[in-house]
Amino acid sequence: MRISMATLLLLGLMSVEVYAGEVRVAVASNFAAPMERIAVAFQQQSGHTLKLSPGASGKFYAQIASGAPFDVFLSADETNPQRLEQDGLAVANSSFVYALGKLVLWSAQPGLVDAKGAVLGKGNFNKLAYADPKLAPYGLAAKETLEKLGLWNSVQGKLVSGENITQTYQFAATGNAELGFVALSQVYKDGKVTEGSSWLVPSNLYSPIRQSAVQLKAAKDPAAARALMTYLKSKKAAEIIRSFGYELP
Amino acid sequence: MFQLAPEDLQSVWLTLKLASVTTVLLLMIATPLAWWLANSRRWYKGPVAAVVALPLVIPPTVLGFYLLLLMGPHGAVGELTTSLNLGRLPFTFAGLVIGSVLFSMPFAVQPIQSAFESIGRRPLEVAATLRAGVWDQFFSVALPLARPGFITASILAFAHTVGEFGVVLMLGGNIPGETRVLSVAIYSHVEAMEYASAHVLAGGMVLFSFLVLLALYLAGGKVAKV
Repeated sequence: MRISMATLLLLGLMSVEVYAGEVRVAVASNFAAPMERIAVAFQQQSGHTLKLSPGASGKFYAQIASGAPFDVFLSADETNPQRLEQDGLAVANSSFVYALGKLVLWSAQPGLVDAKGAVLGKGNFNKLAYADPKLAPYGLAAKETLEKLGLWNSVQGKLVSGENITQTYQFAATGNAELGFVALSQVYKDGKVTEGSSWLVPSNLYSPIRQSAVQLKAAKDPAAARALMTYLKSKKAAEIIRSFGYELP
Repeated sequence: MFQLAPEDLQSVWLTLKLASVTTVLLLMIATPLAWWLANSRRWYKGPVAAVVALPLVIPPTVLGFYLLLLMGPHGAVGELTTSLNLGRLPFTFAGLVIGSVLFSMPFAVQPIQSAFESIGRRPLEVAATLRAGVWDQFFSVALPLARPGFITASILAFAHTVGEFGVVLMLGGNIPGETRVLSVAIYSHVEAMEYASAHVLAGGMVLFSFLVLLALYLAGGKVAKV
């Protein structure tokens, strides 16, 4: 009797072990922090562990096309996941928008950025950092905003561009650029911008930053990958995503 | 012929300017430093040599990031340049020059230092018996004998600056004509999947670098082994 109990227990433990899959996730840098929180919640609920690799979306596209071992890809845009579906590298029709990115004009100096972003027109700042619009969706949004405001030409002499939104944030956070167009998620915590001064750019000034996720065909454990895709649409995940300053479609 | 876009041509010119300025400055700084390292018996010779060699080990983006902090408004160097009314160094050509000089320092110091060391004390002592003063010994004996070391140092410093990427990416801000050097331009083209422009620039860079190095090696004759 005792032995059989022990055996049952052992079998039970083993089956949990076998059931718990691992999902390898390529995640856009701007979404790395919320994804870490989601990973913890997801593991508690499902038992599956996540292995997160943060990086630039365009680079991930190239790497996945060359056979990089990822199961799920959370891009900073919509094009890269769609292209992977077209290339037959992602599960058809699996992509969906998991978050809408918000652009913010931010300065590490308190009081420099006013509530309406008028500082851009006044020009009393040394440099304006933005991400390279050719490479980063947040950079494109910044360029569109400046064009809509009619300031694109007047700020030309002050623009510095980061290779991605993380580097752009570094330029602004170290104070080398007094102003920067960054992702709200980079300066936002628990419902507010944590330091410096900022202007949340109205969403009618730039085309929506639709951050899209896709399940990859090369997934080692498709069931676990699918579970993550479903979890990203859950109420709990939505709560975490919103708390980092994103909106949902 | 390959057609270069005007902004790419600007990057080529900027890169050559940066590499030339850096090389000249490095030779001026590295020569006394290498001489001291080759001849000093002070206890702090080891630590100084280690600091000079640090850029060989530190990842360039890390070095760039700390320079960004140091030269920024809250950094020691940034406060100094601001108080001297020089403005701030990040995002400027001068800032790139400083970053490049630090980053390529070991490539200039070490060949010159080993050239000085291989001369040894003997020729200088002989010169001294012929009543050559300290400066005369240095300029008439040590410098000519160390010529291969200087050629190697120039080649390495120039080539290393042309190929530099991490430091200029972190410090530069990708401004056309000011900080967008060739390596950054190629990187942007590749990332934007403009492979044709990237190929032209990268191919041209390989060819140019090969020709410059070849010319220097051929002209240099005897070049110190690295």
